[in-house]
Amino acid sequence: MSTAEAAPAPGGGTALIPDGGTAPAAGDTARRGVVRPWLRMLRSELALIFRRWRNLLLLAVLVGIPVLLGIALRVSVPRGDNNSGNGLGAAFLFQVAGNGVFLSFLSLTIMLTLVLPLVVAVVAGDSLAGEASAGTLRYLLVVPAGRSRLLSVKYAAIVVFSVISCLLVAATALIMGVALFPVGPVTLLSGTTVPLAEGLLRLLFVVLYVSAAMAMLGAIGLAISSLTEHPIAAIAAVMIIAVASEVADNVPQFGVVHPYLPTHWWLSFDSLLRTPIDTTELTHGLLSIGIYIVIFCSIAWARFSNADVTS
Amino acid sequence: MSTGLEVSAAGPAGATTTQPAATAAAAVATHGLSKRFRGGQLAVDGLDMVVPRGSVYGFLGPNGSGKTTTIRMLLGLVYPTSGSHELLATAMPSGAARVLPRVGSLVEGPAFYSQLSGRANLARIDAVDATADPATSGARVSAALQRVGLLAAAKKRYRAYSLGMKQRLAIAASLLRPRELIILDEPTNGLDPQGTREVRALIREIATGGVTVLVSSHLLAEVEQICSHVGVMRTGRLVFQGTLEEMRARGAPRVQVTTADPERASGVLESLGLADIQAADGEVSAQIGGHAPEAVNRALVLADVPVARFDTPRPSLEDLFVELTGEGFDVDG
Repeated sequence: MSTAEAAPAPGGGTALIPDGGTAPAAGDTARRGVVRPWLRMLRSELALIFRRWRNLLLLAVLVGIPVLLGIALRVSVPRGDNNSGNGLGAAFLFQVAGNGVFLSFLSLTIMLTLVLPLVVAVVAGDSLAGEASAGTLRYLLVVPAGRSRLLSVKYAAIVVFSVISCLLVAATALIMGVALFPVGPVTLLSGTTVPLAEGLLRLLFVVLYVSAAMAMLGAIGLAISSLTEHPIAAIAAVMIIAVASEVADNVPQFGVVHPYLPTHWWLSFDSLLRTPIDTTELTHGLLSIGIYIVIFCSIAWARFSNADVTS
Repeated sequence: MSTGLEVSAAGPAGATTTQPAATAAAAVATHGLSKRFRGGQLAVDGLDMVVPRGSVYGFLGPNGSGKTTTIRMLLGLVYPTSGSHELLATAMPSGAARVLPRVGSLVEGPAFYSQLSGRANLARIDAVDATADPATSGARVSAALQRVGLLAAAKKRYRAYSLGMKQRLAIAASLLRPRELIILDEPTNGLDPQGTREVRALIREIATGGVTVLVSSHLLAEVEQICSHVGVMRTGRLVFQGTLEEMRARGAPRVQVTTADPERASGVLESLGLADIQAADGEVSAQIGGHAPEAVNRALVLADVPVARFDTPRPSLEDLFVELTGEGFDVDG
């Protein structure tokens, strides 16, 4: 270094003088490992998500629906004598009155078609596009956050949010179910009855499976979010994908593509409620979820690590 | 490697500072840095920029001349189409993780989370920094807010800040850690004269600590008082780079005559061989070149020109700046 290596002025501005990299007092550049700073950034990210009124409102909706559902079923018990419904939802619907645990399965099933995807789409679609539209993305990157590092934290936060959303639905429904209905040994879809503890364990696995499905939608959201500076557009696009996939999945003429649709295996968690558990169905579901996550995280990474940030 | 100091599209004087060694010690050095956006527009064209360490470098040019794109490239936000650059002798963008913690920056206006307070916003920025010590985070945030005079408004939401406060919060973010280089893109944009003065004082204070400052502006007057060096951009090219003195020296001195007979005066100046003669209402001026002023005056008087006033002004920096960047609305692609 030549003369320009500015001799620090003895007086003012001490906070600014680079101490040749040996200033332990104030934010030195020593290695602090990788994991702890990453977790610190994740904490900051989660705080940002869970302190936004919009997101809290969405979580309130996730709590509200099972509550309303429980009250409605308590007030007017559905009768199974007419063929008023079919499918998984109907199967759970008629069991709630006999066993409150089924309110959890019913809530998850009903909310999996629209409400849960919407909540996850909002957070995932907003993840990068929201930062870009606010201009905060450039300030995170010059810190430097590191592009891959930022992306990994963003996705981790989406996954955490997805898990918490699903847990919130199941837990609220369970509490309502216990409060309003009798609870006891669980009669599975296959007709066998298992003790309550095992029923609850199966419920936990169902929650994890549904969370994985939401994490898959989150990966799609992250990828779309990396393509635009408009968070609303990203959120809408994720919802359109989810709904279009569900519609296509219900059109028999599209039967050939059904197994490849992102939402096709979402309700396969009913395998967890049979004895013996149908593992082929579950494996297919988890495989589909895993492949979608890998593909869309790769798209997000390829796009985000090479994109010019001009917002 | 070339000196990297050659100015790409220079005027007649082609001012160059020739210190090849300076490149290695430079806080910022770019080599043929270019950016062509997908629309085909060439935003930055073969930039060879050198910001010496310890300098306050005024990065000037009209809006749309490529300053912000250049700064975005310097910081690794935008990838160059061709060329390369180093910050603090570290190649970018590959060395971003190592060098950017030593660089503070404000890019194209402040941008923060509107729902968070000033303090929470700085805490967020600090939490993202893998090399920052979380234990000292609170103290450093307070110190940075203190330096820009925002400590009293630290708990206020960003959304409620005035433009000047937002601008200062962005500067505070660049002061969260000890820095060797601070890059400020239009830090006085949109500020009232009082706010502009405050920011200028802040930059001066930062620079006295020995930190290199790169500050961009479309107004020469805003940075003239604090800069040691200037670089002038025009339509994506660096048309001048050097110290402020070098820029001043570049202005060709003129002779200016106030007279009741401008026609005759023009004739005399022409016969003396002076260049760029301009005759206006009762006033004639020309580049004096190598002529002695007294000789010019004598020739005028001998030719019976009624000389009411005789002057040899040097063009102001503002005039030079306008000459370099073009007048008004001719910013073309």
